[in-house]
Amino acid sequence: MTRRVYIGVAVLLAIACVLPFVVSNYRTFQLTLVLVYAIALLGLNILTGYNGQISLGHGAFYAIGAYSAAVLMDRLGAPYWATLPAAGAVCLVAGFLFGLPALRLEGLYLALATFALGVSMPQLLKYHHLEKWTGGVQGIVIAKPEPPFGLPINPDQWLYLFTLAVAVVMFVLGWNLLRGRVGRALIAIRDQHIAAEAMGINSALYKSLAFGVSAMYTGIAGALGAIAVQYVAPDSFTIFLSLVFLVGIVVGGLASISGALYGALFIQFVPNVADEISKAAPWAIFGLFLIGFVYLMPAGVAGAVRMLLLRLWGKSAK
Amino acid sequence: MKRKLVPIAALLAAALASPATLAQKKYDPGASDTEIRIGNTNPYSGPASAYGTIGKSITAYFKMVNDQGGINGRKINFISYDDAYSPPKTVEMVRKLVEQDNVLFVFQTLGTPSNTAIHKYMNMKKVPQLHVATGASKWNDPKNFPWTMGWQPNYQTEARIYAKHVLQTKPDAKIAVLFQNDDYGKDYLKGLKDGLGAKAASMIVKEVSYEVSDPTVDSQIIQLQSSGADVLFNITTPKFAAQAIRKVHDIGWKPTHYINNVSANIGSVLTPAGLDKSVGLISVAYLKDVADKEWVKDRAVMEFAEFMKKYYPEGNLMDGSNIYGYTVAMTLHQVLRQAGNNLTRDNIMKQAASMKNYRIDTMLPGIRIDTDQDDFAPIESVQLMRFNGTQWDRFGEVMGK
Repeated sequence: MTRRVYIGVAVLLAIACVLPFVVSNYRTFQLTLVLVYAIALLGLNILTGYNGQISLGHGAFYAIGAYSAAVLMDRLGAPYWATLPAAGAVCLVAGFLFGLPALRLEGLYLALATFALGVSMPQLLKYHHLEKWTGGVQGIVIAKPEPPFGLPINPDQWLYLFTLAVAVVMFVLGWNLLRGRVGRALIAIRDQHIAAEAMGINSALYKSLAFGVSAMYTGIAGALGAIAVQYVAPDSFTIFLSLVFLVGIVVGGLASISGALYGALFIQFVPNVADEISKAAPWAIFGLFLIGFVYLMPAGVAGAVRMLLLRLWGKSAK
Repeated sequence: MKRKLVPIAALLAAALASPATLAQKKYDPGASDTEIRIGNTNPYSGPASAYGTIGKSITAYFKMVNDQGGINGRKINFISYDDAYSPPKTVEMVRKLVEQDNVLFVFQTLGTPSNTAIHKYMNMKKVPQLHVATGASKWNDPKNFPWTMGWQPNYQTEARIYAKHVLQTKPDAKIAVLFQNDDYGKDYLKGLKDGLGAKAASMIVKEVSYEVSDPTVDSQIIQLQSSGADVLFNITTPKFAAQAIRKVHDIGWKPTHYINNVSANIGSVLTPAGLDKSVGLISVAYLKDVADKEWVKDRAVMEFAEFMKKYYPEGNLMDGSNIYGYTVAMTLHQVLRQAGNNLTRDNIMKQAASMKNYRIDTMLPGIRIDTDQDDFAPIESVQLMRFNGTQWDRFGEVMGK
């Protein structure tokens, strides 16, 4: 089974590498956004899926990451690739600090606290004492990275491949983190935090760490997203973004690494499909899709895929 | 060098003069013998969805044009996507329009942040970003952005006109300003301060902002009243404008009340606020207001009403956004008529930038569309007006350029 998984991942990766050369630049751009969302969703999944802390404000960390990248590139002339670790570090600290007081809050109360963060973020970004950095309501326009070393590909393809490389690194790191001691500790806290503490797990530390790491993932995604869109503005990071992230991990599959990818495909493409079906009520159509997914795949797309594969392999093994 | 150019010039002149070249059809992606594809994004959902009706009225307008045989024999395929007023979504949708739907150009993309997000892209791709639906002043920059053009009078110009009026009529005024905390509000505020010049600091006694997400502006109005101001500048979008007008009246404050053109609409602002409470409001306009009794028998307005009834019956006739959409679509109609069979992106910009004193009858008398190679601001004049309880009385000259 594990060998099959490795082969599957390798095939997927090969397809992912070839894709930008067979589809149009516009599709390549959309796929880049899918990868960006997948990283953000993986981050949220570490917190919500694995550790059971609900966040309604991850759009805020996405915004912080995006603005870190944009400010570094625009005001300080930093190269785009160097902004990723910086955005990650800023969000790691921001997430950890936000996680400390949030520790005292459980379940719905934590959801409310993070909601407050998400809702206030666009207004904080407009704050006029920060304007010389953030550009205020006008936002910041950033330049598109050119392919390095004179590679014979266009900027869209390069950005996709760059994002893909970052996504692979982030997913491998995430997988490493979650399959071992740390992952088990996070899940133990989620399932029964008193029992987990009785086993000697430092619940407070792990919870704030989960918050920090989760924010870091989302922040790096935000930075990549800003580079892909080439523009940041407060209106890009409304509370709706945070809610869409939550929708993404639930549809994709809670506590599942591959679920982040399915969720990203869902939040990228389903609104477009809905818009094409009905201009008058695209979100009603989106809602129907959402209800459909939740009914038909209660464990998320990842759960459904797992079941399907088990059934197929189960038969072939006989 | 000069002598070398002579034969080339002669050749060029010959080529231009030959009828074969004149009749030759020239197309860029999105144009053909039968069709012109035009792209657009509008906020059909999200926080600014009230403006979505602009996209719908333009869609309806081109449906009418197609029913009447199209433009120079070509049907208009107007492709409009929802961007929910989110800049990243605008980028995605506009890239789809340009790279996948192969539109000839995009038209009336709505919102300052959304248009800022695609500004560079459109100019790099050399695809026209025509008549954008925002009043920011930055769209008139043909030197750096030769592929982008605005349409409506810009916010700063309008605010300077109010400032001039205050300085003339009430030079010792104490001014209070209520503004929306975004680029639109700040653009107005800047225009106002520029217009007041050196006296701005002493005349403006209080500035208060609100967020689009605020439920009301009641507390802001009370703050402004307590400053002792006798002039109120109301830089708000329709919902907040109606609230502000009512609150000012209800607390018995009687300042000279200037309201920006964005909200100078009888149907969607003054009626909900209360017509009796709106008496004395000063604003400017460049389009005819359908709810204004002065235009009941106006031919252009009657044609517009007819159009609404037939092609967009679910739209609100009184909503100023609809006559706006209709008028801007008529502007594009003229650009395309002028372009004739030369439907290249280059020529579209050239035609849009050579409209000389063009009149559309849904605009107020005296307002004209005027552009040239160095001036990408089609409408630059407005007229002051005062509300008398049933309709707007226009006064003074048509001002602006």
